[in-house]
Amino acid sequence: MTTTVEFQVNGKPVSVAPLDEETPLLDVLRNELGLMGTRFGCGLEQCGCCMVLIDGAPEKCCAKPVWSVAGKQVTTVEGMGNAEAPHPLQQAFLDEQAGQCGYCLSGILISAKALLDANPKPTRAEIAAALDGNICRCGTHVRILRAVDKAAAVMRGERA
Amino acid sequence: MNAPLPAFLESNPRLDRWIAFPAPGQVTVLTGRVELGQGVLTAMAQIAADELDVDLARITVRSGDTDVTPNEGYTSGSHSIQAGGIAMRQACADIRALYLAQAAVVLGCNADALSVRDGGILRDGASTGLDYWSLSGAVDLAVKATGAGRPKAVADFTRIGESHARLDLPGKVFGAPVFIHDMRLDGMVHARVVRQPNRGATIGAIDEAAIRRAAKGPVEFVRQGNFLAIIGGDETAVERAGGAAPAHVQWNDVETPVAAQQEASWLLQRPAVDRTLGDPEPADAQGRERFEATFTRGYLAHASISPSCGLALFKDGHLTVWTHCQGVYPLRAALAKILPVTAENMTVVHVPGSGCYGHNGADDASADAAIIAMQKPGVPVRVRWRREEEFVFEPKSASMVVTVRALLDTDGKPVDWTQEIWSGTHMNRPGGGGNLLGALALPNPPPEPPPADVPEANGGGATRNGVPLYAIPATRMIHHLIPDTPIRTSSLRGLGAVPNVFAIESCLDDLAARAGQDPVAYRLSITSDPRARATIEKVAAMANWQADAPGGTGRGRGIGFARYKNRAAYSAVVVELDVDEDIRLARIWCATDAGLVINPDGAINQLEGGIVQAASWVLKEQVRFDSDAASGLSSFDWDTYPVLKFSEVPEIDVELINTKDDVPLGVGEASSGPTAAAIGNAVSHALGLRIHDLPLTRERIMAALLQD
Repeated sequence: MTTTVEFQVNGKPVSVAPLDEETPLLDVLRNELGLMGTRFGCGLEQCGCCMVLIDGAPEKCCAKPVWSVAGKQVTTVEGMGNAEAPHPLQQAFLDEQAGQCGYCLSGILISAKALLDANPKPTRAEIAAALDGNICRCGTHVRILRAVDKAAAVMRGERA
Repeated sequence: MNAPLPAFLESNPRLDRWIAFPAPGQVTVLTGRVELGQGVLTAMAQIAADELDVDLARITVRSGDTDVTPNEGYTSGSHSIQAGGIAMRQACADIRALYLAQAAVVLGCNADALSVRDGGILRDGASTGLDYWSLSGAVDLAVKATGAGRPKAVADFTRIGESHARLDLPGKVFGAPVFIHDMRLDGMVHARVVRQPNRGATIGAIDEAAIRRAAKGPVEFVRQGNFLAIIGGDETAVERAGGAAPAHVQWNDVETPVAAQQEASWLLQRPAVDRTLGDPEPADAQGRERFEATFTRGYLAHASISPSCGLALFKDGHLTVWTHCQGVYPLRAALAKILPVTAENMTVVHVPGSGCYGHNGADDASADAAIIAMQKPGVPVRVRWRREEEFVFEPKSASMVVTVRALLDTDGKPVDWTQEIWSGTHMNRPGGGGNLLGALALPNPPPEPPPADVPEANGGGATRNGVPLYAIPATRMIHHLIPDTPIRTSSLRGLGAVPNVFAIESCLDDLAARAGQDPVAYRLSITSDPRARATIEKVAAMANWQADAPGGTGRGRGIGFARYKNRAAYSAVVVELDVDEDIRLARIWCATDAGLVINPDGAINQLEGGIVQAASWVLKEQVRFDSDAASGLSSFDWDTYPVLKFSEVPEIDVELINTKDDVPLGVGEASSGPTAAAIGNAVSHALGLRIHDLPLTRERIMAALLQD
């Protein structure tokens, strides 16, 4: 018995045949679709390493059954940009050197994108609150907050 | 006569172990240091670029591979630049000198007339048409370093001292498969281990059917003695089985920690190995004022953001292991002890994981993979620990009790200082003894390692920073090593330095108050090391330190200072915070003298990280025991072991001083102890009373206020 689930990832339609419908979306992204940018951190929806956008809303996907995204739009960090065409957030993270081990960054970039999509001019406290669902263990918080603030300014056209 | 070689060049003298020129225009830097998120590979590339005079863009770094890179032991202890960097510098200087000597022969001139620009050889500043690559056939790097090459003077550096962007960061920002967790090998199986609860526990019964039902997909059991693993081609099924298995495997001889053992004070009643180091006890303490205080800190988890992961493949008699551990050579030696493969038939390769901050589960996870791979020749095996497994089974930082006893002169300054320390070990690495978790479950497990801690020659474990750097005529440490702790303990960033510096610096503030002096002025009055003075003065200036800031108002400010290991970087931290029933950090400043800094922004990033992590330890973190919990630990996920959140992190200003000194001083662990101390002192200032026990929880604040 094969289960097939269809949805969109980074703007492209995909049809996957996971173990079953309860298979976590994260496993499908990493093991079926080869999109390794979304990381496994806990499997408990606690740490935010696996944050993706589902129809534009930030969601942890390590325990989210794949059936629940049927017909929906999923955006991963790979869909935000790449070295040739980085998203302003990715560029700002590089500019501010906002990373140490970098394992948490994919999820943080996604959470930050969701914030800036909804609130183009957040305060530091609003950025921090939006990232409270993401854990950074290396202590890169100050740089990450600065990078998100910078990206917001760039996206508003106030900074290059 | 040449200067003695740096230690790691002495032990890895062949120059082709450090640098290769694999193809025209390309340079490979080989380093035993591994990337743990600290940016060390970028720093190594900068060092090589400067000493070889090649553009950084030509450099590829290979690190931590027992087939090709030098054996530099563990990437730990803030040694990478201080020890590994100077070895790389000298190796490159020797190589540069060999090439210039060969060019001089070819050109029939004196080598003094030659220089290098981006790999090309210049004579009196003009191109000669020769370069490293064209000369490579004539220069043999399979020779020993001599120290004949003279490293550049600080003033001549062009790459060292520059805040070059991290080489590894783009891949991490664009979601590339850069982590060991992302490796997928052809025919690979996923695996989860059903962990032996403790050494000596034996498997009673396994309900395989229940585990298979939970998997809802094909899985296979691999068992060797009391080592039990579940493998399969579909990770989802294997993860389900791994998560369900602990409930369906019954163990005998299980020892579970109990809540009473969780507090550091439990250590005081235990059998110990006792040592006294330092000056003799004072013959006559009569007439001296005495000061005594005791501080404690509970067990801490590394709590790496990624659970540990390891891969292994045993094929044609050769075992290859991929690991994110801190030392590929020591791991290889340990694996050779527990597996029927010699080190010569084994390759251990480092692939980055998340930040580890010390000895976490990385070695154990790769040993798990290796044990399974030996049972499945030809099949690549990937083990990834579960979140709960990581929290429960990673080695913890030892809990500690520190008692300070000081004798004071008539000005209230310490003239005699005793630091008495009770702690489990901070050194439990696999080393050469095969001390790996999976191995304990195998038939004929390796023997229990003898009780030991990090020797003082290596900075000490529990005794790290147990001697104040201040000008105190007599100091000593009394060290009680507790060999038998209820949970496994090992190295976490700073080791004993954080509790020791917290104790010392808390006492200094209390002594300053007794003497009626400002904490900064009091410290300076007993500081003779000019670099220590400059660091303290710098942070006080940055924070606009006010000597007369009133205490007991709920807002507090505090300072902490230490020179890490009394031989690495000097770091001073000022914290401003508010206390009611909780503690809210308002602002943090840090001044650090790390001597010669290879990459200033990278060093600042490390210092910031050390500050935030220490703040998290001090405000939130303690591993808690509960014999009712299946594992005996009630700290097993991010809800039960919370760490500092984004909204709890204040603005942090870090400044480096004395960056053009000749000698680099390790920086990765420098800011943690001073931060812990500065928070403690700021809380004391805000409340008008001191809390001696870490973490500074709401319960402890309330209890202290009620007692007052």
